[in-house]
Amino acid sequence: MNIDQAMDIRQQKILAALENKNTSVYFDDALDNEMILNMGPQHPATHGVLRLLIKLDGETVAACVPELGYLHRGYEKLAENVSYHEFIPHTDRLDYLSPLMNNTAYVLAVEKLVGIEAPKRVQYIRTIISEMARISSHLLGIGALAMDVGALTVFTWTFREREKMYDIFELLTGARFTTSFTRVGGLAHDMTPEVITAIKEFIAQFPEKLNECITMLNTNRIFVERMDGVGVITQDQAIAMGMSGPNIRAVGIEHDLRRTQPYLVYNELDFNIPVLNDGDCLARYYVRLNEVKESVKIVIQCLDKMPAGPVHANEPKKVLPRKEQIYTRMEELIHDFMLINFGVNPPVGEVYHAVEASKGELGFYIQSRGEGHPWRLKIRSPSFMNLQSTSLLVEGGMISDIVAVLGSLDPVMGEADK
Amino acid sequence: MGLEHALGDTALTTTIDSAINWCRKNSLWPMPLGISCCGIEMMAFAMPRFDVARFGAEVFRFSPRQADLLIVAGTTTYKMATVVRKIYDQMPDPKWVIAMGACTSSGGMYRTYSVVQGIDQFLPVDVYVAGCPPRPDNLLHALIMIQEKIQRGESRSTPMTVTAERQEQQLLQIQGINNN
Amino acid sequence: MLTTVIEKLKLHFSNSILDVREFRGETTICVNKADIVKVCTFLRDDESCSFNYCSDVCGADAYAPENRFEVIYNLYSLSYKHRIRLKIFVDESDLHCPSVISVWPGANWPERETYDMFGIIFDGHNDLRRMYMPEEFEYFPLRKDFPMMGVPDSIPLPRK
Ligand code: SF4
Repeated sequence: MNIDQAMDIRQQKILAALENKNTSVYFDDALDNEMILNMGPQHPATHGVLRLLIKLDGETVAACVPELGYLHRGYEKLAENVSYHEFIPHTDRLDYLSPLMNNTAYVLAVEKLVGIEAPKRVQYIRTIISEMARISSHLLGIGALAMDVGALTVFTWTFREREKMYDIFELLTGARFTTSFTRVGGLAHDMTPEVITAIKEFIAQFPEKLNECITMLNTNRIFVERMDGVGVITQDQAIAMGMSGPNIRAVGIEHDLRRTQPYLVYNELDFNIPVLNDGDCLARYYVRLNEVKESVKIVIQCLDKMPAGPVHANEPKKVLPRKEQIYTRMEELIHDFMLINFGVNPPVGEVYHAVEASKGELGFYIQSRGEGHPWRLKIRSPSFMNLQSTSLLVEGGMISDIVAVLGSLDPVMGEADK
Repeated sequence: MGLEHALGDTALTTTIDSAINWCRKNSLWPMPLGISCCGIEMMAFAMPRFDVARFGAEVFRFSPRQADLLIVAGTTTYKMATVVRKIYDQMPDPKWVIAMGACTSSGGMYRTYSVVQGIDQFLPVDVYVAGCPPRPDNLLHALIMIQEKIQRGESRSTPMTVTAERQEQQLLQIQGINNN
Repeated sequence: MLTTVIEKLKLHFSNSILDVREFRGETTICVNKADIVKVCTFLRDDESCSFNYCSDVCGADAYAPENRFEVIYNLYSLSYKHRIRLKIFVDESDLHCPSVISVWPGANWPERETYDMFGIIFDGHNDLRRMYMPEEFEYFPLRKDFPMMGVPDSIPLPRK
């Protein structure tokens, strides 16, 4: 098959899908007629490589078909061919706006499968880094949303804050955002006092900087009116479509796995779950904003409460030993050799573990056959499920609102396409 | 440029060429093709901290028609390859391509059925940037390399007329390398 | 909470429940393929189950001569905050299974993804196209017999 034929087939199938929708089209004047518009995969507002095919009736969106797969990298196939530890770097690149959170989510699933629990200090550190990741992800989400609806300055401001966080991540893990920091049953290494000071410094100045952005946006009539009442979804629809994260909390459903199925140390912390009832773009934006503030609270509490202790679970057969010990002690050398060559070898079984990531419910479903690598690993990515409602949200609205709706859904294509 | 045809190979045209190249290299208009994670570092590269404006390349154009530097930042899948190629074809000459990151250069960590193992299979690439993701500084370095390339007049899309002096220079250079 | 769910299921669908497994505190219920829609509707609508949120639908390839493929439904209840997992088996000779989008519309894309990756055909699905791979792609990548590097030249690249 040559390339032209292939393109033809793709085009025909997509057009057929557009035709299938029951849409009524009427003509009032000659200019008011039906047209098909292609948006993406290279479009500044699609946050990556999402493609939308839009059927327009004048200025109104009559039908919208999202087309994914431009970033399908084959994670699930890869997972079946690499060991449990080797997959950790791949989780960085899933939702590349909050890699530390993905690392945590993945190792939590593996730990559940293996049946070990990490020490308290590890859990606190994981909570801190998850919340830091949530802040940085929401910052970009807010900034990009503002940029999409025309407020470029806020984006540079939120990016400035992100750069400060990148410095902290770099200090902590050695990389700006491909961190690969967690390990099964522990962490790559401990959080040093310098990192803790850096986080404290960042957190101390952050609320003021955030307020700058808030004043800039919340008092901006253009921004608020552009988003108010746009892209509304009802509670029932949101549940039925499997929305999660800030998007479902913006329709008045208090669905937050940190509260409903607590993992790590979330049940020892005091924080609120922002919930709004409008279900429009503005509500989604406000939920994100308030979540950032809650995350700051969580980080402060964790830093206060964090106990001292080891950062590896005491399970020599499952947890990678420390480097110093490998070089000096026989037993650790053997364990390291076995773990690297044959893997973690969890028992036969299957688990699903989900965490509340910045975009929503991020779950890993792992089937194990007792080997060193997963038999099947399925990533339940929140962006994928959230994007599913795009057509619901934009159909019947104006074409210019698509940009605002997409920005407020805050999808990450790396995760949606896997 | 057309000038060469009117004036032929003279000292005047080479001087004009070098002046034009100087202008060109300091006003590159990049087309940011942020496909995935590297795209985030590309944003950082444009943002105040790394500030690409210092190199005159801050005018990010999302339309290929108005750009002369294509930065492919992110994993290119087979499905995306046709799109990338289409964008490249739409850019006006002369144009340059930066392959940013391990993925675009070689497929990186994705040796899978859906990822193109290096965009040079369907695009001519001028500079490869190593890293996963490359730091913004690294991308800045790539930009500088492109600028040097432009100043040398080595644009592939509009091959420079090689003057006699230039040939001699190059020969001398090569001999110099061999002698060392 | 979950025990009542399982008891109720066993009571109402004694013939369709093939197996109940427990692992790490999670319950997996293997269901007869033909009855999956009935079971799902029951789980969604029954007062004490109320699994109104479909987290995920995914496939798996057991690579066995019989019942090669599995379709797995991860369900969650927003009111009771519990999870359950259903599983049906699909044989290679008959790749059809009923679609649950009438129960949870959100299962639409996950089912498309499962079709794309394993070639399992969901009867009753209104838009069963490939999710990720190009339309003209002929293989199903997540099957165990598909090589990781794919089939050379199965997806054309643009001309240089
Ligand atoms: S090189 Fe690394 S960071 Fe860049 S796109 Fe590829 S995986 Fe992402």
